[in-house]
Amino acid sequence: MKRLLLVGAALALVATTNVQAGPREDIVALLMAEASAEDAAFAGFSGERGQILFSSNFNTGKPETPSCTSCHSTSPQNMGETRAGKPIEPIAVSKTPERFTDPEKVEKWFRRNCRSVIGRECTALEKGDFITYMMSQ
Amino acid sequence: MRIIFVLAAAAVGGILAVTTAFGGDDNVPPISDAVVQEECSACHFAFQPAFLPAESWSKMMGGLEDHFGEDASLSETVRDNIEAYLVANAGRGNVDPQNPPLRITELRWFKSEHSEREAQRMMERLDVKSLLSCGACHQGAERGIYDDD
Repeated sequence: MKRLLLVGAALALVATTNVQAGPREDIVALLMAEASAEDAAFAGFSGERGQILFSSNFNTGKPETPSCTSCHSTSPQNMGETRAGKPIEPIAVSKTPERFTDPEKVEKWFRRNCRSVIGRECTALEKGDFITYMMSQ
Repeated sequence: MRIIFVLAAAAVGGILAVTTAFGGDDNVPPISDAVVQEECSACHFAFQPAFLPAESWSKMMGGLEDHFGEDASLSETVRDNIEAYLVANAGRGNVDPQNPPLRITELRWFKSEHSEREAQRMMERLDVKSLLSCGACHQGAERGIYDDD
């Protein structure tokens, strides 16, 4: 029950503070609800934690991709490149406004890339932190 | 091997006009399925199915969780549809069904068509980092046209 209340509170918080409603905000709101359900002490997403996530060398996933920066370059504002040589548009929302607006794509790429880089799927907290960081970039 | 691909092109093309359009030595039918094109080109050039035999595509699509060192997993429905398309349009060739080739760049015909010295010179000249960027040198690559070398 406490957890349910927290989820409700998180959603209410989103509803009241999100002036800019849109598909990205909806994705973040769902992640907030998930993060609250995962951890009762959840107190919001953090762009700073997202930045750490983006730039860390995990070395726990596939050896070819120790970090997000292996393909996305060291700055979210810059173009990246896949290992097969294909350019990747910047993941900073300011540079590529359609980033994190398609729930299916978001789900697919977090699943693939978290498994490749970290060796496991990401938590809702990690996903929310990551998107929050990219929204500030 | 080249002959096999031309035959495959003819078989898939079906009518004379199409086989003539792909009549060059090194041409293959282009990908005609939008989902295959989109998903396979997300990280690399979308290689036409005629470049590998059916056994290779099945093995590859059965191991997307470790696709040449990356997780390229798909939803089951999308995965199944893509495998069916690749298998239906695959090239022909006798391969060990237990251990079919997965890397196009390691096939004998590919190596002989891209001799190391020549390929390296082209890649340096055009600043191409990967042999998988077919379109960097073959301008008609997406349309299956590779006879421009």
